[in-house]
Amino acid sequence: MSALRILVPVKRVIDYAVKPRVNKAQTGVETAGVKHSMNPFDELSVEESVRIREKNRAPGGVEDICVLSAGPPKAQDILRTAMAMGADRAIHVEVKEGEDLEPLAVAKLLKAAAEQQKSNLVILGKQSIDDDANQTGQMLAGLLGWPQATQASQVEFGEGDTVSVTREVDGGVETVRAKLPMVITTDLRLNEPRYASLPNIMKAKKKPLEKKTLADFGISAEKRLKVLKVTEPPARQGGGKVEDVDGLISKLKELGAI
Amino acid sequence: MAARQQLAPVLRRLRPGRCSAKLGRQATLQLPVSGAVRCFSESRRRCLRSTAAVAAASGKFTSETYPDIKRDGRFAQLTADHVAYFRGLLGSESAVIDGVSSSDAVDDIEPFNSDWMRKYRGHCKLVLKPGSTDEVSKILKYCNDNMLAVVPQGGNTGLVGGSVPVFDEIVINMSRMNQILDFDEVSGTLVAEAGCILEVADQFLAGKGYIFPLDLGAKGSCHIGGNVSTNAGGLRLLRYGSLHGTVLGIEAVLADGTVVDDLCRLRKNNTGYDLKQLFIGAEGTLGIITKVSILCPQRSPAQNVAFFGLESFDKVQQAFREAKGQLSEILSAFELMDEGSQALVRQVTNNKSPLEGQYPFYCLIETSGSNADHDSEKLAAFLEEVMEKGVVADGTLAENETQIRSLWAWREGITEALSHLGGTYKYDVSIPLKELYQLVEDTRARVDEAGLLGDTDDFPVRAVVGYGHMGDANLHLNVSTRRFDARVERVLEPFVYEWIAERQGSISAEHGLGLMKKKFIGYSRNPTMVGLMKNIKDSFDPKGILNPYKYL
Repeated sequence: MSALRILVPVKRVIDYAVKPRVNKAQTGVETAGVKHSMNPFDELSVEESVRIREKNRAPGGVEDICVLSAGPPKAQDILRTAMAMGADRAIHVEVKEGEDLEPLAVAKLLKAAAEQQKSNLVILGKQSIDDDANQTGQMLAGLLGWPQATQASQVEFGEGDTVSVTREVDGGVETVRAKLPMVITTDLRLNEPRYASLPNIMKAKKKPLEKKTLADFGISAEKRLKVLKVTEPPARQGGGKVEDVDGLISKLKELGAI
Repeated sequence: MAARQQLAPVLRRLRPGRCSAKLGRQATLQLPVSGAVRCFSESRRRCLRSTAAVAAASGKFTSETYPDIKRDGRFAQLTADHVAYFRGLLGSESAVIDGVSSSDAVDDIEPFNSDWMRKYRGHCKLVLKPGSTDEVSKILKYCNDNMLAVVPQGGNTGLVGGSVPVFDEIVINMSRMNQILDFDEVSGTLVAEAGCILEVADQFLAGKGYIFPLDLGAKGSCHIGGNVSTNAGGLRLLRYGSLHGTVLGIEAVLADGTVVDDLCRLRKNNTGYDLKQLFIGAEGTLGIITKVSILCPQRSPAQNVAFFGLESFDKVQQAFREAKGQLSEILSAFELMDEGSQALVRQVTNNKSPLEGQYPFYCLIETSGSNADHDSEKLAAFLEEVMEKGVVADGTLAENETQIRSLWAWREGITEALSHLGGTYKYDVSIPLKELYQLVEDTRARVDEAGLLGDTDDFPVRAVVGYGHMGDANLHLNVSTRRFDARVERVLEPFVYEWIAERQGSISAEHGLGLMKKKFIGYSRNPTMVGLMKNIKDSFDPKGILNPYKYL
């Protein structure tokens, strides 16, 4: 059984509890001065990797957990968070603010990274909550020629490098099995991410963080898609309040309901 | 962004502890999921309906629990004529809930008759919901002329029985006067009617970049008029000060119907006695507040929350000093919780504790500022130092908004958790910081010595816990009971009050006097002061129709 070298890609997105607002030019959402944090699905990936190690779930053990993020300098914050949660080291691929990568570019970047880092397991969120593409994991598996198990709600390791992944599908659960190396994407019920403890937050500051550029992986940020327009969903019409039963009756009459 | 919408309900489902409260409140207010800060706060009345109440068994009338309180014979009995007058005055069908002429309305009146903990229950038969200051004035004038006693009522979220009737007093509920009247975006002055719900006002202000200077667990139900009337303290006091400073003006109606228009919007006004201050914290005994103007500070865009475990109360004090020194102007909350209180929250919510180990004390620190980088840097330096010096044993820092909310839930959820477990004796006290926690230890030892405290059903007391606003030297001593047992009360009272009086503390730091603490005022105020207060009461409300049997 080979020891696991896990690659966990993470993305910095607008905090899930913050309501995004479309910018004036309608070309995207406002990001300046808005609270950002790690994509919630990526938190699950980090947590799962750390748990695999802590609970000795893989027969060959876990040799390395490397988190990687492509984004502006601020993305280092979430890499530190991931290391505080238990990842060993981080790679920051600097991408200019506002210069977003499309899923295919991310998949190509991750393929190169997985090969460079000699990873044999990539655990990534099924999607990021900003563009909701849900494509990267699948494309990555395709590019690497590895098996994939998407939307995992449970991950178990077996003999001979096999991994069983339970996924929630319409009307029940489905269990798939594949051999390492493989790609797993995570879903919400996989685990509950931990709080990083203060001592670990401080230790994380001393863990290695390697800075790279897209060119180091032979990738360009060139876009294949063009965003024409971004708009807010139509505002929901709120209900009205009536004072009493008479008010209700007259309102219903007014609407022609009675 | 579709995943955001999916994520919210799923996360809610996954973390059972918060769901009921969150859903309850959203159902009542229809707030956007992402809008509110710290969404999990309780909407008490609705959530806790089924909860067994405090020592006084649920459903028991206040008059039965306290047989020594007698109905004042000077007050007239309600008749159909009175009701007819109010009907004519208020017009609208919904403004009068009449239990005098028929018994059909008994169920409708019940929520106005008892408090959310169901500790107090009155015999009220008439609820009036005025829609304007003029209506309040006419109601009071009529009541004053006819010797009818009244109880002003806001969101009815009080903890000392101040907002519910004892006998057949008429409830004047302010919920229909709920409009925001004016907001000055330059000065930040908000003018609103008394029945405006705190959270609605805060949401309105959030849209303008401002914040209401008061925040508390019951924000989804309580009215700002009630907050002012009870001088509510809450979670932001450390930063924004008490309502005595932030309330700029008040419009109130006196017992005889006189409208006191002091709806000043100025910060400075040194012309004569500052009469509005008397209404702040008067609990409706001097008049009914109908409108409030309040100065609202700028909302801080950057917020951080840290949660610590500490080994002793000495360390807690040390941490507080360090926090004041290093975080100074960005420190917006410093809350204390003991292990006992956290164990109860764990037991009720089944949530996983934010820290691995267990510690005798926990602190929650919140910073608010205008520059996230600046705040994070300061906080990081502070955390590093307290860790290195060994002041705190362990801790965590919220990495995102969701974690900020769930860390706060460990503090804000204590009240709700306690109420799920049975009756609670609550003492809300202020004592010099040095001895703040000593009260909990002494009380615990006393209850234990009396053989009342234990883990099994044989003992009436489940736990004696303490938590509170460390930053304001305000402690909540809570004694969680399994059932009503007269011995418990005898052990606690007057012991607790005497203990506090010896240290010149306050027996009611932020909850007020109401019915519960009326007879204990002497422990915190000397006879001269109580006498002066009585003079004031007599000159504002000579016939004593406003909120009788309480306060003084």
